[in-house]
Amino acid sequence: MKKTIIILLLITRCGFAQAEELSGKSILEKVDKNYLAENRKVTSTMIVKGRRSTRTMQAQSWVQGTDKAFTEYLSPPREKGTKMLKLGDELWIYSPSTDRTIKIAGHMLRRSMMGSDISYEDYMEDPNLSKIYNVDLIGEENINERDCYVLELSAKEEGLSYHSRKMWVDKERYLPLKEERFAKSGKLLKKYVINKVFKVQERWYPKRAVFKDALSSGKGTESIIESIEFNVEIPDHIFSKASLRK
Amino acid sequence: MIKFIIKGLVRDRSRSLFPILMVSAGVFLTVFLYCFMHGVMGDLISSTAKFDTGHVKIMTQAYKELADQIPNDLAFIGSNDLLDWLRNNEKEMLWTRRIRFGGLLDVPDKNGETIAQGPAMGLGIDFFNSDSPEKDLLNIEKSIVRGHYPKQTNEILISDEFAKKLDINIGGTVTLIGSTMHGAMAIHNFKVAGTVYFGMVAMDRGAIIADIGDVQFALDMPDGASEIVGYSKDMLYSNDPMMKLAQRFNKEFTRKEDEFSPIMLTLSQQNNMGEYLIYAGAMGSLIVGVFILAMSIVLWNSGLMNGLRRYGEIGVRLAIGESKGNLYRWTIFESMIIGIAGSVLGTALGLGVSFYFQYTGIDFSGIMSKSSMLLSNVIRAQVTPASYFIGFFPGVFASVIGTMFAGIGIYKRQTAQLFKELET
Repeated sequence: MKKTIIILLLITRCGFAQAEELSGKSILEKVDKNYLAENRKVTSTMIVKGRRSTRTMQAQSWVQGTDKAFTEYLSPPREKGTKMLKLGDELWIYSPSTDRTIKIAGHMLRRSMMGSDISYEDYMEDPNLSKIYNVDLIGEENINERDCYVLELSAKEEGLSYHSRKMWVDKERYLPLKEERFAKSGKLLKKYVINKVFKVQERWYPKRAVFKDALSSGKGTESIIESIEFNVEIPDHIFSKASLRK
Repeated sequence: MIKFIIKGLVRDRSRSLFPILMVSAGVFLTVFLYCFMHGVMGDLISSTAKFDTGHVKIMTQAYKELADQIPNDLAFIGSNDLLDWLRNNEKEMLWTRRIRFGGLLDVPDKNGETIAQGPAMGLGIDFFNSDSPEKDLLNIEKSIVRGHYPKQTNEILISDEFAKKLDINIGGTVTLIGSTMHGAMAIHNFKVAGTVYFGMVAMDRGAIIADIGDVQFALDMPDGASEIVGYSKDMLYSNDPMMKLAQRFNKEFTRKEDEFSPIMLTLSQQNNMGEYLIYAGAMGSLIVGVFILAMSIVLWNSGLMNGLRRYGEIGVRLAIGESKGNLYRWTIFESMIIGIAGSVLGTALGLGVSFYFQYTGIDFSGIMSKSSMLLSNVIRAQVTPASYFIGFFPGVFASVIGTMFAGIGIYKRQTAQLFKELET
């Protein structure tokens, strides 16, 4: 009798575990968990492949939780010293040549960040997607020889940058290897593809990824993470407007 | 016989001087009105040409497709070489390059914080180069309301209304927040040198003019230009020569497979201006047509009066045995010579005055409250090929037709009654 109960309990537990694994919400939460950290310091390169030319920019970012981020551009010379500060839902950009700090608000948030396929809204987006999207697991597919869950996300509230998304999440690493972002009308707005991943402190992270704004005529923006450190000490003054002019 | 008639006309001034003066006055008015109407119509076209279309405009093919959106990412790179080529090879035209741009004009306080902001449309033109026709073309100096013409780099002109709205003072700093050629955010400081009156609501609401060199730097467009515009040196638009110029240029430079190769468009090929030109031409023709008709009636009446005035002379000639047919033909021939002489004189006079007003124009600035960039203070006449013969219709045909009608009376006169008539 005791044996039977134990077997039943084990079967039930396995059944629940499988159900949890198959839930879109739980998959998305794992994606969020993989991305989110208390804080991180990133050095990245952005290669913007325009219709006529290619530009390469290097930047260093400090990110704390989901609310605070500070980015300083290191090159090319024209962009060097340009800084961006995100505090909650507010964003400022500092231009060293004019010594002006401009608040980016309203329709300006939809504009391209430094000419790339990434908008300021993308930069500002809450990375905790499971909080702002309803999610459905709609299937499984193989992307670049990796088994993936296919998730369909739809916005819980109005006013998000993308009304819906389709995401191909690596079954093992919980990284979205491919993503398509849509407007309310169903029009494709942006594509995101991870081409190379790497492991940092037990997390899988995109090493090289390409963003493509479906509405622009460029050839996409490649983002390369040169180095990333999690849970580093970031002084508080970094996330202040005063630090923009320093 | 022609010699004999001419000799008769010259010797008898009562038969020639007054009729010729009448005809030439009518023809002069017709020619001058025609040229003046063309000039006024041309002036309306000219304001569009000055600010937007040029008499011809060169853009990249890719830019042309989206020109309404001012897609500076598709603009020219290496515009200076093309401008040099045009100045060396198409010398009968004035050439200049421009950058159109949009953005926000942000006014900072002492600490660099925004105190006012407004959407602006901008035009980058060549302020300082001596080869640049922009200063005169856009009537800039006369349109300045406050301040002065830019003297150094980074100085801009701003619409007076816009400056008042944003509370910008002369010498103050404003920041342009726009887009670079690569789509990145452009932030650039300018100093306000002066304010101007554009004379067009949309531009007075929020336009700025900056030097093209500064705009190239601000928008990261080294040696770039949105467009190169060309104007005929007399500033008068004629469609045929411009079409030929465009065909010649496009044959040389436009490559179908290269979307960034340049393409030249004439004024009539832009902004539905072709339809406007047809409309303006039709309206002008209608007005001039009505005037010609009125002038023809006057000159016809003059021919008629001339015939009646010579009632006695005709009677004597019939009485001494001259045939009615011969007399009729004689008077028609005489009026034809008078018509031709008057038309030549009137056309020459009309063309002379029209040419004078084509180059000097009539300056209305004294009676206007303020000058604007878009509407010229000077209205000019425009001599076209049609001006050379437009006066001949009322000049020759109307007076001949008048004489023909008056001459019918010759056939109605009875020889038996002639002496009785002459006695009275």
